[in-house]
Amino acid sequence: MSKFSKKRGKASPAISTASLPDIIFMLLFFFMVVTVMRNSELLIDVVVPEATELQKLEQKSLVNYIYVGRPKEKYRNTYGTSPRVQLNDAFVKGSLENEIPIFLEKHRIKVPEAQRPRITTSLRVDGDVTMGIVQDVKTALRKSNQLKVNYSARIRAN
Amino acid sequence: MAKKSSRDRVNNEVNAGSMADIAFLLLIFFLVTTTIDVDKGITVKLPPWSEDEPDITKLNKRNVYSVLVNAQNQLLVRGDLANVDELRENAKEFIMNPQKKEDLAEKPTKAIISLKNDRGTNYKTYLEVYNELKAAYNELWDAECQRLYGVPYSEDLPIAYRKEIKKKIPFVLSEAEPTNFGEE
Repeated sequence: MSKFSKKRGKASPAISTASLPDIIFMLLFFFMVVTVMRNSELLIDVVVPEATELQKLEQKSLVNYIYVGRPKEKYRNTYGTSPRVQLNDAFVKGSLENEIPIFLEKHRIKVPEAQRPRITTSLRVDGDVTMGIVQDVKTALRKSNQLKVNYSARIRAN
Repeated sequence: MAKKSSRDRVNNEVNAGSMADIAFLLLIFFLVTTTIDVDKGITVKLPPWSEDEPDITKLNKRNVYSVLVNAQNQLLVRGDLANVDELRENAKEFIMNPQKKEDLAEKPTKAIISLKNDRGTNYKTYLEVYNELKAAYNELWDAECQRLYGVPYSEDLPIAYRKEIKKKIPFVLSEAEPTNFGEE
């Protein structure tokens, strides 16, 4: 008994913080892995509709994004309020049928050849947009033979 | 020499106390920039582009489940006004035709869903309708899968199982070119 109390008395009261960096690093690595940097700044408002029959998009590198929506408040003076298509960081200026194939090709060359058939286009379309512009995008996609499409949506709580 | 050795004894370890601070800094940076939103959505396969319109008039009328969505976001299902809420059950009955009615699909493999909208149709409504039709099929696949294999249908099932089910109840949805109404 005396042996125990002696030892305890001598031990320093401070908790060793040597393992703290390890713990923090662990958290850090977790967040580094799950982080997806926003690759393009949105110039338009996109609130995707709700749906129930959703599928996850698995490999991020195989997905390209097309945004459709109305320009944000601060861009309304220059671009007006009618719905527009955004590819990467800029609005489509010319015709969709010319720009979408270029956009798709730019993404395609970054993907290994074996995985190219699995490329999916994610359409992030605002719920308040009319089908006309969406249809134009779909037609352009079909013409450039990009047939795997995902209508981005949020999950609806039942 | 003796002095140096004494110094070595004191500082033979790098002070790791600030390591935590550095890690914290990085951690907070990543915490702020992280957006954990998994991309989810309804996956569809578009038909390949062809110049001429497919002719669906040759199809037997009883096998076609036509859904029209107009620019006022109203639904016309097989010639009658309908509500989105009833669409799922209605489509399921049409596909399976459990009572072998004369005007519903002969069998699930022959059923075709035809979806047509105006250019002025709201995207939200369109997706809602699409979602309901997809849901009808998902529920049928689920029921079929339970009957055959005793497990609910999911994308994780072996591919042979999924093929078997999709052969019995194929998802055939044809989308016509939209009509030019209500474009803004």
